[in-house]
Amino acid sequence: MMTTETSGDVRLTGISKTYGSFTAVHPLDLTVPQGSFFALLGASGCGKTTTLRMIAGLEEPSSGTVYLGDQEVTHLPPYKRPVNTVFQSYALFPHLDIFENVAFGLRRRGIKSVKKQVEEMLDLVQLGEQARKKPHQLSGGQQQRVAVARALINHPKVLLLDEPLGALDLKLRRQMQLELKRIQTEVGITFVHVTHDQEEAMTMADTVAVMNAGRVEQLGSPADLYENPQTTFVANFLGTSNLIEAEVDAKSGAEIVLKAGGGRLVLPEARCSAPTATGGKVLVGVRPEKISLVHADEADAIPDGRNRVTGRIAQSSFIGVSTQYVIDSPVCPEFEVYVQNIDRDSRLAPGAEVVLHWNPEHTFGLDAAQDIDAGVETAEEEAA
Amino acid sequence: MATVTEAEAPPLAPQPAPKPPKKRGRLVPYWLLLPGLLWLVVFFALPMIYQGSTSVQTGSLEEGYKVTWHFATYWDALSEYWPQFLRSVFYAGAATVLCLVLGYPLAYLIAFRAGRWRNLIMILVIAPFFTSFLIRTLAWKTILADGGPVVGALNTLHVLDVTSWLGWTAGDRVLATPLAVVCGLTYNFLPFMILPLYTSLERIDGRLHEAAGDLYAKPITTFRKVTFPLSMPGVVSGTLLTFIPAAGDYVNAELLGSTDTRMIGNVIQTQFLRILDYPTAAALSFILMAAILAMVTFYIRRSGTEDLV
Repeated sequence: MMTTETSGDVRLTGISKTYGSFTAVHPLDLTVPQGSFFALLGASGCGKTTTLRMIAGLEEPSSGTVYLGDQEVTHLPPYKRPVNTVFQSYALFPHLDIFENVAFGLRRRGIKSVKKQVEEMLDLVQLGEQARKKPHQLSGGQQQRVAVARALINHPKVLLLDEPLGALDLKLRRQMQLELKRIQTEVGITFVHVTHDQEEAMTMADTVAVMNAGRVEQLGSPADLYENPQTTFVANFLGTSNLIEAEVDAKSGAEIVLKAGGGRLVLPEARCSAPTATGGKVLVGVRPEKISLVHADEADAIPDGRNRVTGRIAQSSFIGVSTQYVIDSPVCPEFEVYVQNIDRDSRLAPGAEVVLHWNPEHTFGLDAAQDIDAGVETAEEEAA
Repeated sequence: MATVTEAEAPPLAPQPAPKPPKKRGRLVPYWLLLPGLLWLVVFFALPMIYQGSTSVQTGSLEEGYKVTWHFATYWDALSEYWPQFLRSVFYAGAATVLCLVLGYPLAYLIAFRAGRWRNLIMILVIAPFFTSFLIRTLAWKTILADGGPVVGALNTLHVLDVTSWLGWTAGDRVLATPLAVVCGLTYNFLPFMILPLYTSLERIDGRLHEAAGDLYAKPITTFRKVTFPLSMPGVVSGTLLTFIPAAGDYVNAELLGSTDTRMIGNVIQTQFLRILDYPTAAALSFILMAAILAMVTFYIRRSGTEDLV
């Protein structure tokens, strides 16, 4: 088969794409290890689909090279590349039945007896019964699985998925996420998945590359990206972050002590991606679910060594498993805190004076030269 | 403004029973159908019945015609004019094929490659309709005139030798030959081919081409396996819109042809207007209609596009 070569990594070196004066993708180096589930995550127009299309051969790069394993494919037309794509809204052939849609790639490569392979593939995606139906007779989820089967049957070196779940409703999307993950584990083919849905990227992928304005902002495992964002865009686009403008006061050992709004915060130096000269500005971040919330009357009970911020509850919304609070504090006007529903303190209502505290280990530091709100709006737009 | 406030008051008054508006709503489609239906009855159904009765009448101009259910007229007309029938089918068929061969690449170009020129090319396709059918056909008489540049060029290139050998032209003449008639038909009906082809090609999702390429289809295979099958509705309606009027046409054969290229349309016209043999003319019209209906039905069945059209 095609996957037996020594290395099946996808390597992009210095690849870029410009349309006239607009740069869709800035020169980019990216390696997708063989057999991994790789996600390109970003808002619409960030260049993720263009990157995918350059791997597929549907878009000619303005510069750079594309390698599939040891083979350079930069200028090969799509029909000569050992790569298959699951298109956004599927692009199933409306005049062919499901069987012929799935058999299309095999037939083009001159394979005569396709019946067994197609039937096996349809079974893998649980559509054996639908073989003689036309695409428009299937539901969205079934069409999606046909699109996956049609691509996978060719045993591509890489399967490219362009927002494959975008047209499905939430429940079906969840189900298909698990399904795709199962198929990927089963067939062991490298998947490159383009999505704007951060939850989807995190659930499915081993490695996520967050893209913004034609550049990769950060690349890593979902947990790594979430816990250690390197830029404000990643901090805001992936989940929610509270970002505080602070000034470096002193360094003691592996810790940086910061001044913010009259208070004092501690940040592990290892978790700070910004230069930290004394007197310099740093953005300090913390995730809303890492924070504990107590009424101001009980501030004394907070153990030593925790980062503290005082404030007043501006809003609270109870959503069952947790309560989401918005705190008006001197360091940050809209400090978000998620408190898990274990014991509910009835005093924690809007207007109450509170103290927020968290383990300094959960704090991260970012370069203050960035836009503090980068990625906030895009994340909200995409969620809408 | 006062009228508005006045107008707003009545709805608060006792609501009319919900039933009447529903009934009226149900009748609306029929009312909308009525004008078209009346038009069809007066200008299509009645003349058809009239012609039908004419075709089974006997008599003469002097004594008047009577319905005698004389069906033999049909048989007589067919046995006398079958060569013209065959010729009509052949000429119309040739013109349809030529239209398809010429029109498909152009429709493809407009649909997929024309970019910002698309509207301009579309206007050029439709532009001939701005002048009369007759004038355009007469223009072809000049274009194909004996000794004209077109005929001269074809002669120099020895094309006419080949077409003469095939019997499409006679000697170094193009005018008054089958080729001239087929050329005229092709020219006059080409837009009827291009427009439906363009419509069905334009509707094809461009991503299907990408998907086919992604699945190892070369561009030519993509055309054969994806684009062409999906454009079949356009091919079928284009060929029908060309073939049907071309088969009944008499202007092209009249102006560009000779007595040897008479089509059935010319025969019907002569029977009606010159010989004044109304029963034969009516019978010929009905035979033509039945023949076309039969051919079209067969064609649609064969092309298997009933669910696509």
